[in-house]
Amino acid sequence: MTALPKRLSLILLALLAALALFPAWGPLAFTVKYAFLLQKLTGIMILAILAMSLDLLVGVAGLVSLGHAAFFGLGGYMLALLSPQYEAANLWVVLPAAMGAVALASAVVGFLAIRTAGIYFIMVTLAFGQMGYYFFNDSKLAGGSDGAYIYVKPVVEAFGITLVNLESKQAFFFAVLGCLVAVYLLLRVVLASPFGRVLAAIGVNEGRVRGLGFDPMAYKLVAFAIAGALAGLAGFLAATQYGFVSPAMLGWHQSGHVLVMVILGGMGTLFGPILGAFILELAHFGLEAVTEHWLLPMGMLVIAIVLALPKGVAGLLLQWCGTSETLVERGAIEAPGAPRRSQGSESDRPALEGQTRPKEGGQ
Amino acid sequence: MSVSPFLFETRSLTKAFGGLIAVNSVSIGFREREAHAIIGPNGAGKSTFVNLLTGHLPASGGHVMFKGADITRQPAHKVARLGIGRSYQKTNVFPTFTCFENCRLAAQSHLATSMRFLRPAAAYREISAKASEALERAGLASRAGRIAGTMSYGEQRQLEIAMVLATAPQVLVLDEPLAGMGKEESEGMVGLLQELAQVYTLILIEHDMDAVFAIAKVLSVMVNGTLLESGPLDQIRASKAVQDAYLGDGAEAY
Amino acid sequence: MDFWFFLIQVLNGVQYGLLLFLVASGLTLIFGIMGIINLAHGAFYMLGAYLAYWLAGVTGSLIAAVLLSLPIAAAIGYVIEALLVRTLYRRDHLDQVLLTYGLILIFNEATRITWGADVHGVPVPAALNWSIKLTETLSYPVYRLLLSAVCAVLAVGMYLVISRTRFGMWVRAGASNRDMVAALGINVKLLFGVVFAIGAALAGLAGAISTPITSVAPGMGDSVLILCFVVVVIGGVGSIKGAFLGAMLIGLADTFGKVFVPDFASFTVYGVMAAVLLWKPRGLFS
Repeated sequence: MTALPKRLSLILLALLAALALFPAWGPLAFTVKYAFLLQKLTGIMILAILAMSLDLLVGVAGLVSLGHAAFFGLGGYMLALLSPQYEAANLWVVLPAAMGAVALASAVVGFLAIRTAGIYFIMVTLAFGQMGYYFFNDSKLAGGSDGAYIYVKPVVEAFGITLVNLESKQAFFFAVLGCLVAVYLLLRVVLASPFGRVLAAIGVNEGRVRGLGFDPMAYKLVAFAIAGALAGLAGFLAATQYGFVSPAMLGWHQSGHVLVMVILGGMGTLFGPILGAFILELAHFGLEAVTEHWLLPMGMLVIAIVLALPKGVAGLLLQWCGTSETLVERGAIEAPGAPRRSQGSESDRPALEGQTRPKEGGQ
Repeated sequence: MSVSPFLFETRSLTKAFGGLIAVNSVSIGFREREAHAIIGPNGAGKSTFVNLLTGHLPASGGHVMFKGADITRQPAHKVARLGIGRSYQKTNVFPTFTCFENCRLAAQSHLATSMRFLRPAAAYREISAKASEALERAGLASRAGRIAGTMSYGEQRQLEIAMVLATAPQVLVLDEPLAGMGKEESEGMVGLLQELAQVYTLILIEHDMDAVFAIAKVLSVMVNGTLLESGPLDQIRASKAVQDAYLGDGAEAY
Repeated sequence: MDFWFFLIQVLNGVQYGLLLFLVASGLTLIFGIMGIINLAHGAFYMLGAYLAYWLAGVTGSLIAAVLLSLPIAAAIGYVIEALLVRTLYRRDHLDQVLLTYGLILIFNEATRITWGADVHGVPVPAALNWSIKLTETLSYPVYRLLLSAVCAVLAVGMYLVISRTRFGMWVRAGASNRDMVAALGINVKLLFGVVFAIGAALAGLAGAISTPITSVAPGMGDSVLILCFVVVVIGGVGSIKGAFLGAMLIGLADTFGKVFVPDFASFTVYGVMAAVLLWKPRGLFS
């Protein structure tokens, strides 16, 4: 299933191992700060799930959504709304319900948004995201601008036995890690599937996809639903972690933040956005420790990244690990049985004009 | 209702952009397994006509019939599924995919639906086989692993054809397949097209007259959006009207 | 709802719409001519407001402050275009979105550093601080009418410049075909710089003159920006006519929304946008 260069796979696995073993080496390295860092890492992993879900839209299908955080926030609010006030909710009930609701909302938004393209699409998704924000901010549905609390975390039980105790920071860490890995693997499978191949093709040349007999609208819609559901999962986890949801979770600053993670990390690679999440969040953490005006250097960092690393960190890693192609293939999955990718003499051909979608090619 | 002798035909097909009538009531019939070329000066409306044929543009009036059914309102992706394959004048491949993947995706249109999420696309062996076959047909078997965007222009034009072949259509609508090609590359492409003309119903838009005469049996001449004349090769070559309008005084040799 | 109340809402809606138009016109021009999505456009609105607030404190007169802030905003706009925006021209929309997003973060924080995070108010100039009596209980502030008048005059002026002057012709030509305009010997760099500066000045003016009726706070440009996006999307990118119509639509929708469905006022705005886009996916005048 993997087409990643071996060296790269090893690096990523090593990082995963380091992360998974943090509860072992963390207390030794950080003593007092360990508990805080454990929570921080959990939070970053949740954002990484969100970033991956956005990558499906931005990096694979070429749909630059600036309103994706709305689905993140909605997932969290679903937990808040479905949880009894002072009791634990049943995860088996609320999680599917939350993800289902968000997937539906995402499909509706997607249905309206995919009628537009290019800059219109970006603006429309931005506006829908804001719609979500104002919905929870202005209405009294769930605390308005004050937000809502989840006093008791959901329980994960089967036959009366607690499978995972989400109140335990350590157990929750592993639960989230499990979700992160599961989402990554799921998206890899989806990308390698016939659906995923068409979606990746849409991101490269939508016009030709149409000419080959596929209806791009249908595929984009499904992509929206999947991406939305996964963003909802991330939101659900975030709400579980902090026990609190606020309208800001849906706002465009959150959307912009995730988009930067995806681009910084390297769009279309899935693992790139995970790296992007970690780098950006740790940068935030570091900058905030230095100055209260951390947004200023953060803004400069964003600009520097866009100017210097058009393919993101993942692009850098891919290059370093042996693929001399400067073109990062969207959803880089090869068909086994296909001839091995050869390096042409023109493999240093400059990357495509940014990641521009050709305008309705084939006219 | 009489059965039409034409596999694919247009009846008074018209396209207007505001006040400009790009295609003016054009009626052409394409017979099965007949190589049919559409020629005419620049701006004659040929590309617009092709876009109408393949559902890329909605018609303003008239009909497009395929196997007796009216497909005028069908969008591009549905027309492709009916068995009408199309290649493009401006190279329209997936530059970041390998040649093989370009064709494999084209061949994937054979699946009743591509809304399948779990099984890897690569596991559909028949699809991969069709892709390899198409590459072979177009002479690109040795290039299967190359990233499409890194190939030469001529090879990319070959890929254009390979992709259309991979969809195993009944009708091949080729929009200037020789566009921008040098002499040698053109000869290769003409040879390929002659082979394809034996198997498929070929509809060819071309400026290169040598190629047209070598491949096509029937010609339709379009000028200023209207069909000037349509008929067997010799008839058109001999036609005074066509010579005056197009072939006679300096045919646009591209 | 009686007539006078209705009239007040209409006047408010129109006034808001005109203000939005001022900001949105800059945004749509910049995109139409230079092909740039500038998320940081709202920052000019904020800059104008802060300049007005600061200069009003210094000079004691809001009018003087507004007049002074115009050239300052234009100059800053020109400099930003020369330094940063120019790098965006050949880049795709994604890069532009991210780069200008980074700019927003910088501007907002810089504002916070310079002027603090407090919310400020600016008093209405004494000369204009009276109201026209409509009924026994209702009256309409003259300042708001003046605001609308200024915006309307500017709107008409913009229309005349774009359609009647040579400069306007270059602007329209540049919107259709940037490279051609350069080939014709027109200094495209200068043209773009000027257009950007004008866009910045218009947004800044809008911010400056609205200070007596809105509050001055860091990040105030963000909400205006989103609405301007909605306006531009509804009107069709690059179209001034569209921006005007869109702004009026949004201004009225927002105002009446707040009256009839206060809990879902913002919804009406986005609802209008969704409705327009379902009907015309490229805006009203595309």
